[in-house]
Amino acid sequence: MPAFLLSRLWQSLVLLVIVSIIGFTVLNLIPGGPLAQFALDPGMTQEDLDRIARQMGLDRPLPVQYLDWAGKLLTGDWGNSFRDGAPVLQVIGRHLWATFLLMGSSTALSIAIGTWIGIRGATHRYSVFDYTATVGAMIALSIPTFWFGLVGIYIFSLELGWLPAGNMYTIGDGSALNYLHHLILPSVVLSLVNVAIWSRYMRSATLDVINQDFVKTARAKGLTERRVLMKHVVGNALLPMITLAGMQLPGILGGALVTETVFTWPGMGRLFLDSLGYSDYPVIMGLLMFSAILVILGNLLADIVVALVDPRIRLG
Amino acid sequence: MTSAPASLPAGHQNAALSVRGLTVALPPGMERTHAVQDISFDLLPGQILCIIGESGSGKSVTANAVMGLLPKVIRIEGGSIVMDETDVLSAQPATLRGLRGRAVAMIFQDPLSALNPLMTVGDQITEVMMAHGVGTAADRKRRAIDLLTEVGLPDPELMYHQYPFRLSGGQRQRVMIAMALTLEPSILIADEPTTALDVTTQAQILDLIRDIQRRKGMSVMFITHDFGVVAEIADSVVVMEKGHIVEQGSAEKVLKSPEHPYTRRLIAAVPHLTGTDRHPPLTEKVAPVLKVEGLMKTYSSGSKWLRSYREVKAVQDVSFELAPGRTLGVVGESGSGKSSLGRLLVKLMESDGGKILFEGTDIAAMKEAEFRSLRPKIQMIFQDPFASLNPRATIGHILTVGPVAHGMPHREAREAAKALLTHVGLDAGAYGRYPHEFSGGQRQRVGIARALMFKPKLLVADESVSALDVSIQAQILKLLDQVQQETGVSMIFITHDLRVASQICDEIAVMQKGRVVESGPPSRIFLDPQSPYTRELVAAIPGEERGEKPTH
Repeated sequence: MPAFLLSRLWQSLVLLVIVSIIGFTVLNLIPGGPLAQFALDPGMTQEDLDRIARQMGLDRPLPVQYLDWAGKLLTGDWGNSFRDGAPVLQVIGRHLWATFLLMGSSTALSIAIGTWIGIRGATHRYSVFDYTATVGAMIALSIPTFWFGLVGIYIFSLELGWLPAGNMYTIGDGSALNYLHHLILPSVVLSLVNVAIWSRYMRSATLDVINQDFVKTARAKGLTERRVLMKHVVGNALLPMITLAGMQLPGILGGALVTETVFTWPGMGRLFLDSLGYSDYPVIMGLLMFSAILVILGNLLADIVVALVDPRIRLG
Repeated sequence: MTSAPASLPAGHQNAALSVRGLTVALPPGMERTHAVQDISFDLLPGQILCIIGESGSGKSVTANAVMGLLPKVIRIEGGSIVMDETDVLSAQPATLRGLRGRAVAMIFQDPLSALNPLMTVGDQITEVMMAHGVGTAADRKRRAIDLLTEVGLPDPELMYHQYPFRLSGGQRQRVMIAMALTLEPSILIADEPTTALDVTTQAQILDLIRDIQRRKGMSVMFITHDFGVVAEIADSVVVMEKGHIVEQGSAEKVLKSPEHPYTRRLIAAVPHLTGTDRHPPLTEKVAPVLKVEGLMKTYSSGSKWLRSYREVKAVQDVSFELAPGRTLGVVGESGSGKSSLGRLLVKLMESDGGKILFEGTDIAAMKEAEFRSLRPKIQMIFQDPFASLNPRATIGHILTVGPVAHGMPHREAREAAKALLTHVGLDAGAYGRYPHEFSGGQRQRVGIARALMFKPKLLVADESVSALDVSIQAQILKLLDQVQQETGVSMIFITHDLRVASQICDEIAVMQKGRVVESGPPSRIFLDPQSPYTRELVAAIPGEERGEKPTH
């Protein structure tokens, strides 16, 4: 297995280089460029802009700029935000944990509920439960998240007044309970779609396994239906889910743009949107690299877990 | 117990398993209303009862009903199944669970899918004891290792910790048998346990089942479609056709003097080794259609770099000649390289060395683009009639798409396809229908028609009858023989079944570990095998009278 990991890691590095080159090039090809935000200032003259460009090294050829940026990236210097001059890593760090809180809780919730619905839908195929879950999933998937968000705010915040309509905490109150209170609505809204997705995948994965011969073997041994299900069916049905979960990792840390905007949640999605608005190139590039690393890490992690669980891959 | 049909006594007092008037309904919309209808039989203690019939005869449904393992959509309408003084059909789920694994155990057809891929062999065996609350963890482990030893698996201690994917089909079937024997059940149900195995492995597994049955005095209900297997192991036989029992009695009686025409047909369908050759040997020298010289193929996996490199020599230095209108049989067990050889010949795979001279031209060295114009002349008939036809294409499309791609006008292709469908024993109406509307045997006829559309010079048939029932096999073999007589096509017939090879081949090459160990006309290969491996293969054929030369 170490050999297999090593080769995957090597591929990942190459991939990162390619992603960074493409990202850097495309970003700099966008009309306006990094100086656009300075040009908005009516007092700016062309000389001022040139001076700023020189200071920031933006007058150099693109490949030189890239190499400079990439070299610093390796040493841990991801540049400084154009907006407030803070180091990019620090900016990302500030938003990371808010996103992690929201997406982490929502993902855990949706995996738990989605898996359960999927398994039950498969074992009770064509039952009332199965039909309800199927139709429910279709509805959740076809209505955009922001609509659920707005309806949630309307009902639970405005009408009932049970839950706050936005933000991560009440200013001046940093208690865990207060965070939790703010977390409920966005987390549940975000889960709706994910529960739908997970339940569909889990249902079909379970159906794939449930008619296999080894499940019949398990029954023929005289095992209880519960053990047949938990040990033989679910164990095998979860295998493809691991890869799927791995693909969710970038989402967990990358943030959900729409939900974070609707609930004014100070996460990565919001940061990305704001940075785009300000043409904050160092932060945008930082976010791009960050999410590329997450995608690769997520898949790598999924591969490792699958290998740990599945002997055919671990030993084969 | 419900009233038994007149033909049978009210049931033996001491029967290990007694089935009376069992009727099982099929869901609406199937080709018949009942999977089995009013069947009654007894399994006597210490006997092997074979239930034989073609696919769809209801034999597997019967076996699953006894285990209480029928899917919910298949409903039992009436009758009784009594074992261990319990009526399985009216028993509570908990009672039934108590019987499964303890009083009655089952082994299945496909050993590759019958074991949980994520659990070690040991865990899967000890699970049976755990389910019935037998022994401590240490006891269970000891017992599991004893069982693995008993079923003849090498290095049981190591085997205990092994995952199924590391084992061969035969080894996995031994694990299944070990698992079934764990709690020493009085009844073993074996649902076609050797159908998916090679002849030699089949012979070993049959030996093992018979040996264990005798030692433990177990009763075995053995499901099969092959009278050759029945002749090997049965004490008594139940013959099923379309959900009914058409004949039952002692093995001796049913085999020697079958009464029902269906039984006679099944027995007649069992291919026997023929000691006579199809054609007299060629006297004058004819230019061969195909001449293979020193063909090589090596599979490699992993990376040399990371020291995970592995090599398998699938085909090593294989040479042979094939005359026009003749058939060469390539015989061997799985892993012998016979299928790799087939794929090399139709260039589904590139060879690593050697020559394939087709009508004098070396096609091994050809680039794909050069070879394309020759493709129509070399066609393949595949093994699995269920997987080899595109389920979303009509039969007509399947037949015509190839020739049309090679420039045949649509109208002409359609006419040719319809004519061929009639020729292979289907009707021209099949043209607009889909593969799922046909049985396995019919689909294989479609596969043959597809190959013939190109008017090929060479047909490569890779295990083309091994997924079929014995009786259907005989029909397909007859069809292939007829096609060859009419078109003069040459054939490479790849099979693991020597009996089948002896029916259709003029020349046989026996392959082992990538090499041809012996070749010659069937008369010599079967009656006077030279290599020990060939002798082993011949000896493994089920249902042949030992030491007696076949007479026809």
